[in-house]
Amino acid sequence: MQDPTTQSDNDLGRVEVKTTTCYMCACRCGIRVTLRDGEIRHIEGNPKHPHNQGVICAKGSSGIMKQYSPARITKPLLRKQDAERGTSGFEEISWEQAFDIITERLARIRAEDPKKFALFTGRDQMQALTGMFAKQFGTPNYAAHGGFCSVNMAAGMIYTIGGSFWEFGGPDLERAKLFVMIGTAEDHDSNPLKIHISKFKRRGGRFISINPIRSGYSAIADEWVPIKPGTDGALILAINHELIKQGLFDREFLTQYSNAAELVVDDPRRDDHGLFKRFEMHVEEGCFDPENKLWWDRDLDKEISTHTPGTEPRLLGEFRLEDGTHVKPAFQLLKDRLEEYTPEWAEGITGIPADTIRRLAHEMGVTARDQKIELPIQWTDSWENEHESITGNPVAFHAMRGIAAHSNGFQSIRALSILMTLLGTIDRPGGFRHKAPFPRPIPPCPKPPNSPDGVKPNTPLDGMPLGWPSKPDDLFVDEDGEAVRLDKAFSWEYPLSVHGLMHNAITNAWRGDPYPIDTMLLFMANMAWNSSMNTEQVRHMLTDKDEAGEYKIPFLIVCDAFQSETVAFADLVLPDTTYLERYDALSMLDRPISEFDGPVDSVRIPVVPPTGQCKPFQEVLVELGSRLKLPAFVTSTGDRKYRDYPDFITNYETSPGSGIGFLAGWRGKGGEKFLKGEPNPRQWEMYQKNDCYYHYKLPKSYQYMRNWNKGYLHWARNHGMIRYAEPITIHLYSEVLQKFRLAAQGKGKGRKPPERLRKRIEMHFDPLPFYSEPLLSRLVDTHEYPLNALTQRPMAMYHSWDSQNVWLRQIHTHNYLFVNPIVAHAKGIDDGDWIWVESPTGKVRCMCRYSEAVEPGTVWTWNAIGKAAGAWGLSPKANESQKGFLLNHLIPEELPPCESGDHLSNSDPVTGQAAWFDVRVKIYKAGPAEPAQTSPQFIAQKSLPGQKTYRGRWRSFFAGKIGKSKGSKL
Amino acid sequence: MTQLALVIDLNVCVGCHACVTSCKEWNSSGWAGPLPDERPYDADPSGVFFNRVQTFEVGCFPNTETVHFPKSCLHCEDPPCVPVCPTGASYKREDNGIVLVDYDKCIGCKYCAWACPYGAREIDAKNKVMKKCTLCVDRVTDESLPESERKPACVLACPTSARIFGDIHDPDSAASVAIREQGGYQLQPEWGTQPANHYLPRRRSQMQIHEDELIRADNPLRKEEVEMPIEQGDTLDDVAW
Amino acid sequence: MHPAFSVIFLTTLIGIGQGLFLALYTGQVYALANLIPVQESLGFYAIGSLVALLFLVLGLISSVFHLGRPERAWRAVTMWRTSWLSREVIVLPLFMFLVFLYGVIHFYGWTQPLFTVADTLAVDLSLIIGFMASIAAFALFVCTAMIYASLKFLQEWHTPLTVLNYTLLGLASGFMFAAAFSAYVSLGLVSLFGTWAVIFTLLGAISRAASLVRNRNLRDKYGLRTAIGVRHPTLKQLSQGFMGGAFNTREFFHGRTPAALRLIKVFFMLAVFPLPIALLATAYILESSSLPIAAFALQYLGLIAERWYFFAEAKHPQNIYYQSMA
Ligand SMILES: Nc1nc2c(c(=O)[nH]1)N[C@H]1C(S)=C(S)[C@@H](COP(=O)(O)OP(=O)(O)OC[C@H]3O[C@@H](n4cnc5c(=O)[nH]c(N)nc54)[C@H](O)[C@@H]3O)O[C@H]1N2
Ligand SMILES: Nc1nc2c(c(=O)[nH]1)N[C@H]1C(S)=C(S)[C@@H](COP(=O)(O)OP(=O)(O)OC[C@H]3O[C@@H](n4cnc5c(=O)[nH]c(N)nc54)[C@H](O)[C@@H]3O)O[C@H]1N2
Ligand code: SF4
Ligand code: SF4
Ligand code: SF4
Ligand code: SF4
Ligand code: SF4
Ligand SMILES: [Mo]
Repeated sequence: MQDPTTQSDNDLGRVEVKTTTCYMCACRCGIRVTLRDGEIRHIEGNPKHPHNQGVICAKGSSGIMKQYSPARITKPLLRKQDAERGTSGFEEISWEQAFDIITERLARIRAEDPKKFALFTGRDQMQALTGMFAKQFGTPNYAAHGGFCSVNMAAGMIYTIGGSFWEFGGPDLERAKLFVMIGTAEDHDSNPLKIHISKFKRRGGRFISINPIRSGYSAIADEWVPIKPGTDGALILAINHELIKQGLFDREFLTQYSNAAELVVDDPRRDDHGLFKRFEMHVEEGCFDPENKLWWDRDLDKEISTHTPGTEPRLLGEFRLEDGTHVKPAFQLLKDRLEEYTPEWAEGITGIPADTIRRLAHEMGVTARDQKIELPIQWTDSWENEHESITGNPVAFHAMRGIAAHSNGFQSIRALSILMTLLGTIDRPGGFRHKAPFPRPIPPCPKPPNSPDGVKPNTPLDGMPLGWPSKPDDLFVDEDGEAVRLDKAFSWEYPLSVHGLMHNAITNAWRGDPYPIDTMLLFMANMAWNSSMNTEQVRHMLTDKDEAGEYKIPFLIVCDAFQSETVAFADLVLPDTTYLERYDALSMLDRPISEFDGPVDSVRIPVVPPTGQCKPFQEVLVELGSRLKLPAFVTSTGDRKYRDYPDFITNYETSPGSGIGFLAGWRGKGGEKFLKGEPNPRQWEMYQKNDCYYHYKLPKSYQYMRNWNKGYLHWARNHGMIRYAEPITIHLYSEVLQKFRLAAQGKGKGRKPPERLRKRIEMHFDPLPFYSEPLLSRLVDTHEYPLNALTQRPMAMYHSWDSQNVWLRQIHTHNYLFVNPIVAHAKGIDDGDWIWVESPTGKVRCMCRYSEAVEPGTVWTWNAIGKAAGAWGLSPKANESQKGFLLNHLIPEELPPCESGDHLSNSDPVTGQAAWFDVRVKIYKAGPAEPAQTSPQFIAQKSLPGQKTYRGRWRSFFAGKIGKSKGSKL
Repeated sequence: MTQLALVIDLNVCVGCHACVTSCKEWNSSGWAGPLPDERPYDADPSGVFFNRVQTFEVGCFPNTETVHFPKSCLHCEDPPCVPVCPTGASYKREDNGIVLVDYDKCIGCKYCAWACPYGAREIDAKNKVMKKCTLCVDRVTDESLPESERKPACVLACPTSARIFGDIHDPDSAASVAIREQGGYQLQPEWGTQPANHYLPRRRSQMQIHEDELIRADNPLRKEEVEMPIEQGDTLDDVAW
Repeated sequence: MHPAFSVIFLTTLIGIGQGLFLALYTGQVYALANLIPVQESLGFYAIGSLVALLFLVLGLISSVFHLGRPERAWRAVTMWRTSWLSREVIVLPLFMFLVFLYGVIHFYGWTQPLFTVADTLAVDLSLIIGFMASIAAFALFVCTAMIYASLKFLQEWHTPLTVLNYTLLGLASGFMFAAAFSAYVSLGLVSLFGTWAVIFTLLGAISRAASLVRNRNLRDKYGLRTAIGVRHPTLKQLSQGFMGGAFNTREFFHGRTPAALRLIKVFFMLAVFPLPIALLATAYILESSSLPIAAFALQYLGLIAERWYFFAEAKHPQNIYYQSMA
């Protein structure tokens, strides 16, 4: 062998290096792709990229095996006339035929009733485009993964502090001293979070993880606090109780920056009971929370306009205004609320000892109080107060689906936002930090249509398909108060379902409730598998027929890049490119990768040509928009406006002349402007030169306290990020929620919920956080089903995408149910035994693995490792389908019938967030005669025309021409 | 003499497997490649990897620690795998201490793997030669790469920078400093193989709050005229006589 | 360890070859000392050598299956300074060559004395080559056994008993074959070879039993605590990092139940030691010519089991890293 030190890898073959953005997951790291003789040789993190700073994860490093995967779809496919849906009986067609079929169908629907077209997209990153397409088409039936993902996180925090975890903000670990992570296994900021947790730990920071399971990040926590699932609300409320009891809160922060000191009408007889006492004042159009509220002035002992210079408001007490109104400061109401939530009370619910809860509260409170950070940065707040410095209380939190994916998640997350506010850690160093375009007003401005009139033939939707209701009148309901959307989002069932309820779309369409639809287009969503609950039944619904023998969901279009479970159910399959083959904009209009110090967006630029007939879905939408003559895609004369997707991205503006488009960087004719400015014909080139991202660093004085930072707010308004520059006061007390509650109580003149939902609304739209048991636990016999079943994201797998990937599938080939040995012993189950896991919805046979790192009331498994036989280019004997299992079969998509309705979603009653983690199960040993095989099994999927199935014994990849002698490949 | 090595910090390793697949990717098409995969899309896929990440549970609930543990060849200073090799295919480099296999000489007898107590070698059953972590010798010695990238693929990939690469014979290298100051240890030291790779143990940050630190004179509750819980207890004054 | 049949056959077959050759040579020495009648060169020594060579060749062939790249096997001679395997690779062909020479000498009857020592011992070419071959045979026992015995962390192997066992069992099976062969061609040497076969078998029984006892009392010098460096009494692996198997799980685990292992141990303890002896004794009494063949066949079967067990019994320290998948 040649001495390795005498050669350079770069001398082998023809080498090119290109940069783009990874999409092995939604984290959007910058990558450098090395090609050898045109074949991908190496994908590495781009050291110049602000997001991942050169590192890359297990998935990112395995991109080669995705690009050259045998699961790839390479041709448009149409279900054969004589083939039943679900049997993969397809024939190849041309793109021209495909476009004809879709255009013909959609044009008809659009002319008759645009609602009959539903577009749902999964874990994609182009909601700005897909949402815009739906709006232009005129259908409200559009949603992306948010509703089943973590909308509780977004809504709970954005309705409270104007920003949130998830992709909108995060913990400032660079300066934090104490870091508390709740219910997070991986999250979207995958690499950045790892980079920062590690640096944080190395600096000696203290890291506490609250999670029923200790794995991944929690493994390296200094303290693991195992908690019973669905009870975080109780824990956080008890911590809040203790903080207030001890006076461990940042009074100054509360009074100045939250509505804690603002006076709430306290008179149950009045229609405005529980609303802030407001006075007349000019209010900016569309501003939901103007500054016309009152404080109780300590010195004058009377009411006074908030933020009156030189006043000190009272936080506690009850007062009578001059006009005789009984009022209380919001903080008094909060304190009253927290009275009953003692650590002892929480111990019984969470399983965490009261002493531990108190200690956690003390650690947080004392760190926040005693380890203040001061940065010599001058800034001016919205009330013209000049500050010499930025200060921070270095306690940072991060939370994700562990708290969000429960039906009580919204209120638990409100409680967490309030905890962060009590500690004074919002957009301050060492605490929570926003990422542009956040903070946004509470709630943000866009609204869905508020009546069925919003949907009209051949007309764009009057409003956004998804928006942020601020009062009952913003709901999207008909005269009877019932849903207009297929998924019933923005109805009284789930009023603040700001991301929709994709998880009920198939069931509702199948049942024809609220109405049957015609065509459903699924993009990048594996809804016949991992993004549906009650999956076995949902698969049945996809093939179910009515009395006339027609499919209940008449036409199903699936755009995917791989042979997923869902593709088998399509009538029409559109083969997408991989992320290495297409242009993409990770836009400020969607979820950009902004940093704490300013907006960042990024793009993908192809590094290899498309495979086979693959066409980027972006191109498909631009083509369809043009063919259907949707206004945004055609000129006033009806001619096609955009040549292709890159052209669209360059030239599209949210409204003519707005200067706002998909990409924020290098706008203006010559690329001299940012965020806002005329289209720049050379914008793509400029992105390419800058490693495919644009990073605008805000001046230091605009980087903190942005909710109330006058300079920042004006800057943000001038650059089109927010509509007005009013301060974004923290909603410790939520007037928005109270408005819905008042409606449920029959107060006021506005809309009222249908009778069956009144109690539900009244209970859950509590303006102050409260704890309630998850809905399923209340409706299911918890003695019969004593365990909570959870899933976690494995770091080396993205949802259902990666079983096709030879390298990744060797790490997670199948999955086990992890059970605490105490629980298993009691059931006579041995480590490795085949067992049944059963919920009232269904049962699954799988293998048990003992783990000491799980709270005994919980069992769990890695998410979406189990696959349907024959899918993903795998042999029907592959472990994924024979030993691996999917927990989703057990999770109901609907609650058992109850007084509020027979078909309510298994979701948070406020936001419609899918309550994946509420499911209750029991486990027992499988019989000795049962096969050592997972159950349920499905008839093996056939491979698709155009798919290069791989049945060789070896795969011995070696990139480039020289590889043909060294290894052998596909 | 130089002894290149990895120092793996278990205190920050989150078990993400980035080091596993970045290694596979770099080496598949590199000097040491290919790294074939058997039954790639069938039951029990099984390929050659130079690095694996394992998980261990320490203690019993609720005092459980979960430890992620990456393991590749440790580039022993006294490598038992080298002298047993009958062909000289296994060798330890003089210039930097990396233990390598010359595939052109290897007869695939597996004896070296038997002689490695750590399970660090894997046969390439397709090409029938022994393979193992090369410490990315083809990267770390490639002068055409910028200095900052002359590091193993797994080190560059690791999101938590849990993998420190350097010369452990140079007392001033980051690797040596970490070993010295953070309790670096070797695996199975009882065999005297002197692994060059070291591991850094978990370290725990704790916080101590004294009861009397909870309440301050400027306690915000005082501002609201709430009675503060002040610890009084009996005094001599309370005695009647 | 996972018992590989290539190595099981290699070691047992060459063991017979070595033992058989030593039996032949013993015969020659005995004849020289007039303890037995002089045997006819062609029929006895040449054929015997050929048969011994046959065993060696069979062993060699089976060893080829152990090598990934047998075409490069010649390279294996280079590291004799450090590698017992390399030494074996040198000594085995050398021994074969000497056995071959020994056979050729006898075949052509080049057995005229070259010189006489102390007036009584007539030294011919075959005696010299035979002597060298005998040394090679013993060297080969040592090399083969040291391949295993030199691995210090495979404690079950790391003992002089390994060398002793390989030697004694090789001798026993070789002499047993010689006895069977003699019985088959009805040479009058059954009792000579038979007696030695019994002696070696008995010695082998003692030394193999000793190693079994030793191994049963072995305590692992290593453990998970030093393997991963976490000092806690309760440690358990959750995941080994892959699920479809790897070299680490295939090469170092036998994958059988403890009960199966016990069964195999009992079988070989009977089949290698008491039963062949009993058969030989019966043959002696019944003057049967077929029972010695049965004795050899049984012993060889037993030896396959013995060698299987030898590998299976050895616990490789790497196994501690591969206890659980998830
Ligand atoms: N039990 C349980 N179920 C869950 C969750 C859970 O925690 N537990 N989590 C839920 C959450 S948060 C989410 S976000 C969902 C995610 O659910 P989905 O969004 O449905 O994600 P996937 O299942 O991976 O399916 C995405 C589809 O996109 C395809 N795809 C991949 N790359 C491309 C591409 O470049 N182009 C196109 N067109 N298609 C591509 C894949 O082949 C796959 O079929 O899962 C949900 N399901
Ligand atoms: N590698 C990888 N990364 C991903 C994904 C992926 O599939 N793979 N998916 C991406 C997507 S779409 C999403 S939405 C994010 C989600 O990122 P995460 O929110 O981190 O995702 P989950 O794996 O669902 O993690 C939920 C965690 O909450 C815990 N948990 C469950 N119930 C409770 C509870 O009641 N209380 C507390 N305190 N904890 C609880 C679980 O044990 C688990 O650790 O990850 C993204 N990143
Ligand atoms: S975290 Fe996601 S985007 Fe980043 S490298 Fe990994 S797969 Fe790619
Ligand atoms: S890449 Fe780093 S953090 Fe991830 S498993 Fe490897 S060593 Fe641990
Ligand atoms: S770890 Fe094993 S293979 Fe690597 S040098 Fe040490 S003994 Fe040899
Ligand atoms: S397998 Fe190759 S490297 Fe290992 S001992 Fe045999 S010849 Fe040497
Ligand atoms: S040093 Fe190189 S070969 Fe070794 S484990 Fe890391 S990436 Fe793999
Ligand atoms: Mo998600």
